[in-house]
Amino acid sequence: MNFRDKIAGKPEGQEAQAEMRESEALDQEFEQALRNFRLSVHAWSEAAYNRPRAVKTVRQRSWRLAAGWALGCVLVAGSVSGGVYERHHRQELARIAAAARAAEQQKQAAEAKAREEEDLLAQVDSDVSRQVPSAMEPLAQLMAEDESK
Amino acid sequence: MTGATAEEIAGRELETATQEFANIVATHRPQIFRFLLASTRDADLAETLTQECFLKAHRNWAGFRGDSSAMTWLMRIAINLQKDHWRNRRMQFWRQTQTHAVDLDEASEWLPSGESSAEQKLLAREQVKQVWQSVRGLSERQRTVFLLRYVEEQELSEIARATGLSEGTVKAHLSRAVARVRAEVGGKR
Repeated sequence: MNFRDKIAGKPEGQEAQAEMRESEALDQEFEQALRNFRLSVHAWSEAAYNRPRAVKTVRQRSWRLAAGWALGCVLVAGSVSGGVYERHHRQELARIAAAARAAEQQKQAAEAKAREEEDLLAQVDSDVSRQVPSAMEPLAQLMAEDESK
Repeated sequence: MTGATAEEIAGRELETATQEFANIVATHRPQIFRFLLASTRDADLAETLTQECFLKAHRNWAGFRGDSSAMTWLMRIAINLQKDHWRNRRMQFWRQTQTHAVDLDEASEWLPSGESSAEQKLLAREQVKQVWQSVRGLSERQRTVFLLRYVEEQELSEIARATGLSEGTVKAHLSRAVARVRAEVGGKR
């Protein structure tokens, strides 16, 4: 069986046979090229298959990969914890400021209340003094004189 | 008592299957590697894909029913892995950056040991280089079929089973591939 029949499994015909005879020399050369190609691939494959494996490179790659991941994790963890700390710090400051404001407000409210009470007492005193009946006024004057003495 | 016996039987079956698979690996690994090397021209990639192939085969070993030969089954896995490798979007970056595929000159340096004279060696090297050049220009399917036929020397029926194509389709692809290689190799003489 000739080369083309081997490829395609075509039945041999007379025309094909004639054509084959004409190109027999070319076929032989082509077959030789394919044979060389096959043997070359086999030789290369055998050499590549039996070569020492680059275990060190793989280890190095995996070490680098692991280091990269570790560094990445550290950076992410640092960013997250920094953010959390910053937020906590701000919350703490805000809480202290709010407490100070509340204390100030309480103090102001207490002062205002004390002032109001004083005013009220003063008003009561003056009201009480005005409400002394006129019949008692001489007596009140005597008391005032005694006090001045 | 019965449980212990069943466990023993299961253990023995597992041991037998493991031994069988180890034999399969030892027998067929070089051939699978060779096909992947010829397909990719990259020894590291071929090694990786070969390992993936046998890992996948090991996972599915229980499901292998022996409808085809183990070699055909493994070759089918290898072909699919190779296709997936180039098509998988996740590997696009690697595809662009991988630089381990040797050039045609380097691939053609491996010569059959029978060539004696310097002239014969030169001619053989030139022929091999031309075939490599032509193979590079083939479509993925044509290349696969061509390599299985002329490097692995498989029959058309085996190639059809390994590629999942009909024999007629394999014949058509092979015919086109050979015509192209023949034209290029012949044209450069």
